[in-house]
Amino acid sequence: MDMTTDIGTERRGYRRMVVNRLAVLEGTAQRGTGGVAMAVLVILWELFCRTGLVSSLYLPSPWAIVNAGMEMVGSGELLNNTLASLYRIGLGFLSGSIIGIVAGLALGFSRLAAAVGNPVIYALYPIPKIALLPLIILWLGIGELSKVAIISLGVFFPVFINTYSGVKNVDPLLIRVAVSFKASRLNLIRKVILPGALPVIFAGLKLAAGTSLLLLVAAEMIAAKEGVGAMILHYGDLMLTTKLMVGVVTLSLLGVAFNQGLQWLENRLIRWKH
Amino acid sequence: MRVVIDQVSKQYQGRNGQELMALSDVNLIVNQEEFVVLVGPSGCGKSTLLSMVGGLLSPSSGSVYVEELESDRDYAVGMVFQEIGLFPWRTVAGNVAFGLEEAGLASAVVRERVEEYVTLVGLNGFEKSYPHQLSGGMRQRVGIARALATRPDLLLMDEPFSALDAQTRMLLQEEMLRIWNQTRLSTLYVTHNIQEAVYLADRVVVLSRRPGRVVSIIPIELPKTGRDKEPHLTAFNQYVEAIWGLIRHDAEDALREGEE
Repeated sequence: MDMTTDIGTERRGYRRMVVNRLAVLEGTAQRGTGGVAMAVLVILWELFCRTGLVSSLYLPSPWAIVNAGMEMVGSGELLNNTLASLYRIGLGFLSGSIIGIVAGLALGFSRLAAAVGNPVIYALYPIPKIALLPLIILWLGIGELSKVAIISLGVFFPVFINTYSGVKNVDPLLIRVAVSFKASRLNLIRKVILPGALPVIFAGLKLAAGTSLLLLVAAEMIAAKEGVGAMILHYGDLMLTTKLMVGVVTLSLLGVAFNQGLQWLENRLIRWKH
Repeated sequence: MRVVIDQVSKQYQGRNGQELMALSDVNLIVNQEEFVVLVGPSGCGKSTLLSMVGGLLSPSSGSVYVEELESDRDYAVGMVFQEIGLFPWRTVAGNVAFGLEEAGLASAVVRERVEEYVTLVGLNGFEKSYPHQLSGGMRQRVGIARALATRPDLLLMDEPFSALDAQTRMLLQEEMLRIWNQTRLSTLYVTHNIQEAVYLADRVVVLSRRPGRVVSIIPIELPKTGRDKEPHLTAFNQYVEAIWGLIRHDAEDALREGEE
């Protein structure tokens, strides 16, 4: 008799197949589905505009926006404004996130620093940063510095809070391991706490990316001659909706590129997760 | 060099304010090249004791020190943990290198040592793997290599194989014995597994339930290898039974009260 199988032995009664009831959750989407959906949406938008049901003053067609965009690229207007914005957001994001990470590490690591710093930071955190812009302009003048400062301030908080909680959530076992090897404080931070907190820090950086765009545009609308925000406001005042939309699309692309850049950096730095 | 645990007690502040006595008046010496195993029911403070010897916790009273050092130098411990605690962002080689880097060794020496100890635990070819790519048994081999690579004066192991499946555990116990016979490091080893204790130990220290006290110290007078085979099997089983007899009552109490 075959000792490796039970199949074929005598059976009685009815037979029911066992069905995988989790199959509904295993559905997959094909690659490129998102791109196709996007294209369909833009085509529908274009067709809707061509019906003439709505004036191009209120909703310009995608094709018109692309044409206006090309023209603005040709004249150098778009590039100049984008570069002005990039400079502000780059500087603001970099300084805000560096200060946020350093402060988060320091307060996460030292009970004393946390006792001193946390109440101050949590008192300032709920203030909408844009409300501080007039004050910052008063302090730093109407030039570039005040815009960079407001972005930096807006970036600081989400990055700080995430870094702090990231540090607090580093597996205590890993700290015990490092200490059992007599790791110095600096190495404990550098080799254990920082890499352990990095995934949470990146979540903070991504949050801050959104905040920084918001503050950039707000600051440029209040006090700037150049920049995508100033450009949008300018064409809004002139009721040149198509050119206004070029600015909006630029912001969208800027935001996507920003997120992609951060994602790329995260994948590089946190290779061990993949 | 030997390690002295001198009149050590440990109290914890309990959740509702009352004092919890985890360890009471423990005296113990781990001699040079001796393998001492602590066994006891859950809640006997054996891991607490190990943490104090490793310098990760201070005793409430009493002291832990090393003596008979051949020169006035700092001594090194290597610790192996039940939950292993590999750095997930470091490769196998990077994890084994950690203690060596902290000891300030030159990078050429670090590389050499990493290779030596990765080979010792049989993980050649996995140097560039990350911990999440390894099985539990392989991870603990890395944990052991990491602790041994610094060539510590004292090896501390806190239930290193408890979280592994039974088959892997048996294989690693054998391997532990092989490695120990090569290195002959003074070792303090914590387990709740009596067979494991008798299989590995020169002396088994039986601790009582809270507060943890030394109930008995039992020298295992069997050769270091082949204890679980004839002709030593009978004696092996007698040791196991004798120790179980010492612990059983406490273990039953622990079961009734649940893990705290």
